[in-house]
Amino acid sequence: MSTKKQKLSSIGKKVLMALTGFFLMLFLLQHLSINLLSVIDADMFNEVSHFMGTNPLVQYVLQPILIFSVVFHFAWGIYLEYQNNQARDVKYAKYKGSANATWMSRNMIISGLAVLAFLAVHFYDFWLPEINVKYIQGDMSGMLHGTDHFRYHEELVAKFANQPIRVVLYVVAFVMLSFHLLHGFQSSFQSVGFNHSKYTPIIKKLGNLFAIAVPIGFVIIAIYHYNIHPH
Amino acid sequence: MNLNLKVWRQDSPQEKGKMVDYQLGGISEHMSFLEMMDVLNQQLIDNGERPVAFDHDCREGICGSCSMFINGEAHGPVKGTTTCQLHMRSFNDGDTIFIEPFRANAFPVLKDLVIDRSAFDRIQHSGGYISVNTSGNTQDANATPIPKENADLAMDAATCIGCGACVATCKNSSAMLFVGAKISQYALLPQGKVEAKERAQNMVAQMDSEGFGNCTNTGACEVECPKGISLTNIARMNREFLDGSVNS
Repeated sequence: MSTKKQKLSSIGKKVLMALTGFFLMLFLLQHLSINLLSVIDADMFNEVSHFMGTNPLVQYVLQPILIFSVVFHFAWGIYLEYQNNQARDVKYAKYKGSANATWMSRNMIISGLAVLAFLAVHFYDFWLPEINVKYIQGDMSGMLHGTDHFRYHEELVAKFANQPIRVVLYVVAFVMLSFHLLHGFQSSFQSVGFNHSKYTPIIKKLGNLFAIAVPIGFVIIAIYHYNIHPH
Repeated sequence: MNLNLKVWRQDSPQEKGKMVDYQLGGISEHMSFLEMMDVLNQQLIDNGERPVAFDHDCREGICGSCSMFINGEAHGPVKGTTTCQLHMRSFNDGDTIFIEPFRANAFPVLKDLVIDRSAFDRIQHSGGYISVNTSGNTQDANATPIPKENADLAMDAATCIGCGACVATCKNSSAMLFVGAKISQYALLPQGKVEAKERAQNMVAQMDSEGFGNCTNTGACEVECPKGISLTNIARMNREFLDGSVNS
């Protein structure tokens, strides 16, 4: 048997989706851990935020990898969805998708695009102002203007206190993220070829826990900052 | 029982097809689904119309010929069965039943419910075999020790009848369950190890060139497969393929 090699196979494509997915899930855990500090202790949150915002390894190595993963995972997901749609020109008159697969697994494009829309809001809220202050205005001090204390916690609180619309938007977005993860977590393992009679059921349970606990964590933080300050 | 059938009619691969309504009476719940189709065809012939073309052969769930998409599900609503093993007792008097061909660009419709599944044959030809010299010196089968567990798993994979329900039901028209089963069947046995790497590369390359979609792990194929082929076969294919890709 001679070997036929192709540039990028269907399996290669799904492995790329899974690997960027793994990285983004790790990022979610890291993001949540730091955000939780904002509920526990404002000073600690400020210190860690300042470290993340100014550490060269984080800013110039991890951040570019993150941006690449985010862009790639979205672009690739949309491209694959388009390609998969092209594989069936004449659609079924009746198609009962719910008979054999979960809503979450069939609608990754919907939950994914919802998360993309959320990211636009989230970047507008936090990331763009941060880039503006640090790299355009050149203020790397992390201090609140004209004072000697850190600005990060105050900025976070300002975004959620008395902002019910933003809180609702965040809650909806995290429900969609939860849907995405309910399929995505265990699907990533299957894509890289991990399927084991003993460990796969554990991975599925772990995936459900991750997909529910992580978004709930973010939601709790948003609601906490909305509620804790007098309206 | 009386039925309202909505059947896909298409004269040739080039023509555009459409769903056509038929009223059918006098159907017994003991009939098989294909016998119901035979009654419909007799009615059409009596009326001077062209009967509905559909694939069938063994009518006992082994050959993989029958291929109808019934009420939105490959091989109909009963799990673990082919269309020929489906009986009218699974339906009720007065039901509307949608009957369509398995749809995927890689499976073009030839006529009505008959599709061209030769894409599967070409995938098989590209590596779904072992190269053995059969010149009369055939070795005794039991001379090669094989763990019982692997023999069982290989047998499970080998029960795939190549009907194409996995492709038909997949929202992406992916053929990975079929190819996964065919690769696993050999990957699990010592005789298959010799060409394992080439096999995975070649069969996946052929699958991709046939225009099937990409797998997104929804698991629909596994549920609709009349032979209960498991998703573990797709994971095994992924491993075999990746092993061949990084380790050639």
